[in-house]
Amino acid sequence: MRQSLFAGRWRIRLPSSLDGAALRVTKTPPVTRKRKLDTASLSATSQPPPEPKRKASKTTHKDSIAQVEAALPATPQTLTSDKGMDSDDDFASVASSMELGEELSSSVDFGAEDSDVELEDYQDDDSAFETHAKQKPKRKAFEVEYKVYSPQDIQDQQDKQVAEVAALLEQPTEQTAILLRFGRWNKERLIEQYMDNQEEVLDKAGLGQNMSSNPPRIEAIDGFMCDICCEDTPGLQSYAMNCGHRFCVDCYRQYLAQKVREEGEAARIKCPGDGCNKIIDVKSLDLLVTSDLTDRYHELLMRTYVDDKESLKWCPAPNCVYAVECGVKKRELAKIVPTVQCECKHSFCFGCTQADHQPCPCSLVKRWMKKCEDDSETANWISANTKECPKCHSTIEKNGGCNHMTCRKCRNEFCWMCMGMWSEHGTSWYNCNRFEEKSGSEARTEQAKSRQSLERYLHYYNRFANHEQSAKLDKDIFHKTEKKMTLLQSSSGMSWIEVQFLEAASQALQQCRQTLKWTYAFAYYLARNSQTEMFEDNQKDLEMAVENLSEMFEKSTDQLAGLKVDMLDKTSYCMRRRVILLDDTAKKLKEDVWEFNVELA
Amino acid sequence: MAGMSSKRLQKELVKIQGTLPPGIALVSAENLREWQMDLSIPDNPIYPPTEKYRLRFLFSPSYPIEAPEVVFLASSNPERKIPIHPHIYTNGIICLDLLDTQGWSPVHNVESISISIQSMLAGNTKAERPPGDAEFVRSNRQRPRDINFLYHDPSV
Ligand SMILES: [Zn+2]
Ligand SMILES: [Zn+2]
Ligand SMILES: [Zn+2]
Ligand SMILES: [Zn+2]
Ligand SMILES: [Zn+2]
Ligand SMILES: [Zn+2]
Repeated sequence: MRQSLFAGRWRIRLPSSLDGAALRVTKTPPVTRKRKLDTASLSATSQPPPEPKRKASKTTHKDSIAQVEAALPATPQTLTSDKGMDSDDDFASVASSMELGEELSSSVDFGAEDSDVELEDYQDDDSAFETHAKQKPKRKAFEVEYKVYSPQDIQDQQDKQVAEVAALLEQPTEQTAILLRFGRWNKERLIEQYMDNQEEVLDKAGLGQNMSSNPPRIEAIDGFMCDICCEDTPGLQSYAMNCGHRFCVDCYRQYLAQKVREEGEAARIKCPGDGCNKIIDVKSLDLLVTSDLTDRYHELLMRTYVDDKESLKWCPAPNCVYAVECGVKKRELAKIVPTVQCECKHSFCFGCTQADHQPCPCSLVKRWMKKCEDDSETANWISANTKECPKCHSTIEKNGGCNHMTCRKCRNEFCWMCMGMWSEHGTSWYNCNRFEEKSGSEARTEQAKSRQSLERYLHYYNRFANHEQSAKLDKDIFHKTEKKMTLLQSSSGMSWIEVQFLEAASQALQQCRQTLKWTYAFAYYLARNSQTEMFEDNQKDLEMAVENLSEMFEKSTDQLAGLKVDMLDKTSYCMRRRVILLDDTAKKLKEDVWEFNVELA
Repeated sequence: MAGMSSKRLQKELVKIQGTLPPGIALVSAENLREWQMDLSIPDNPIYPPTEKYRLRFLFSPSYPIEAPEVVFLASSNPERKIPIHPHIYTNGIICLDLLDTQGWSPVHNVESISISIQSMLAGNTKAERPPGDAEFVRSNRQRPRDINFLYHDPSV
């Protein structure tokens, strides 16, 4: 039974109803709260939960969860999708999944290590199911609930909703689909308006009485001149909806082709007439859309479903066809950074669809990107790939992601970021991540002030850009290493599986650098106080862990086999530091602890 | 598509070469890609009656299904300035809803656009540039029709 519950991939199932009508505010069954895990890529979720305070180290798994959760504000609903994650259907599937393991067939992998822990929790949850309605999902503060949908899932969802509303309104499904698209898939509002004034709603959607008794058709009208092409040849085929704006069929078709093909519109194309807001209804479209456009047109119609729902977004990865559902609302974006991972493995922010930018909130990301764009010329010199050795002044080119540089000529060891001596970057006073503000007396003149503000920006930008650049270099190095993995196998007698630790390390590096990068944008907007100092300590710890791991990639292939255990250790340490930083930052964001030097929109 | 824009523009040209409303004049229409028009604004002290403002129209092959690109051009000979207006940027870009993808109707034409812009200037009471003019002029790299202006004040 346990086997069947966790061996397979969790299939994303659609709740019986996606909208509020059938919403039950009950405790979310444990299984439906599961985040998508990817143990192969050492996702953060597979790590033990962070210790709430860096000092507290003796807490047990459960205790620390309790502490993490106790720290959450008492508003669990804001984090949970209100789109029916709690519906009966899911409830039933969980209840029955204990027997019906075959239902769980896709999408989430549970690692072997992890499943024991999970199972215990499920059982706890299960026994406490009816009584402990307050129990919270064991989600970390920086994680949100979401689901990934395939195009087929989305189609099924639409079909299901159409069927439901069709039964309610006693309308044929085809017409109901038109009504729902017309009403932007807001089921409740549509039903309400329909009950209020059926005729008006049908009319506006192009389904009114006069439509069925006297539908517009393509015809030739005597003395007609088309206002688009100025053609007036007798017998010219033309079309007008009941707004009366008549155009020749050729122009109408070119207009629709432009809208469908170039502008990606389908469900709400307006009449070509000047200032006319009449939406071209489906009957007219069927008449006018040429066959070469129908596929694109129907694809767009399907897309509007996702576009119209606040809780659904397309994965922004190029050519990805999946959509993600997440209940985090726009107004919550100052309190949470909703990061989701698509089936295609792309991690992105549900709030703004940019690539994963935790721990930085969307509005700061926007600000930061704008600032970087505006100041790009001043800051350009920084991302340059060559520098001079601070000691012997020979030119040094950075070819790996690691910041620990050793000059080939004079053997001077220094830090690429601050050009300081590497020996000073030991555990005791590693201050490379923190910008030291000069005291007020030093920055009294306007010029000094503006120089200092530029220096401050460059400090953060330098590190932001450096991690971005290093992530690329780490990736390059990994690709070279990958080829050597084959070599390593034959020389060390290791199996392909056994050399995978390199891949895991590489992915951890990428992920941690992505996080580190954004910690610098975040820190740039933080006011100087003790919270910020704690943040910088966490940042520093993660940064050092990352540099230590990154450095190992520069070892020669024959050394790598002996470093496996060490590398695995460092990999999991990096991921742990990342979770600690993200969890702490997310909690404080939620609780309004951070003090920013700008307004958080 | 190419056939569409040229046929329509030829018809427009015949009409424009005949009569145009006062204050609107055709300057050049040497090809079916780019035309220029001059505007003068009656009865508004912000715009001296002797001054003329030059509009440049760029047509894509799918005109009039697609809106033309319409901007003011500055030149020294003859002297043409960019008229001051809360919806006209110093680089000549006009923030007018009928010129963008959303507000455009293929029923519009060179004459009706010219009339709309002329009356937009005639009715103007504020001798000022749009908010954020300098910033926009410095940073904008988009084609005018792709800019999502916020039509904060449609009455102007
Ligand atoms: Zn026509
Ligand atoms: Zn109309
Ligand atoms: Zn994707
Ligand atoms: Zn975001
Ligand atoms: Zn040196
Ligand atoms: Zn340093």
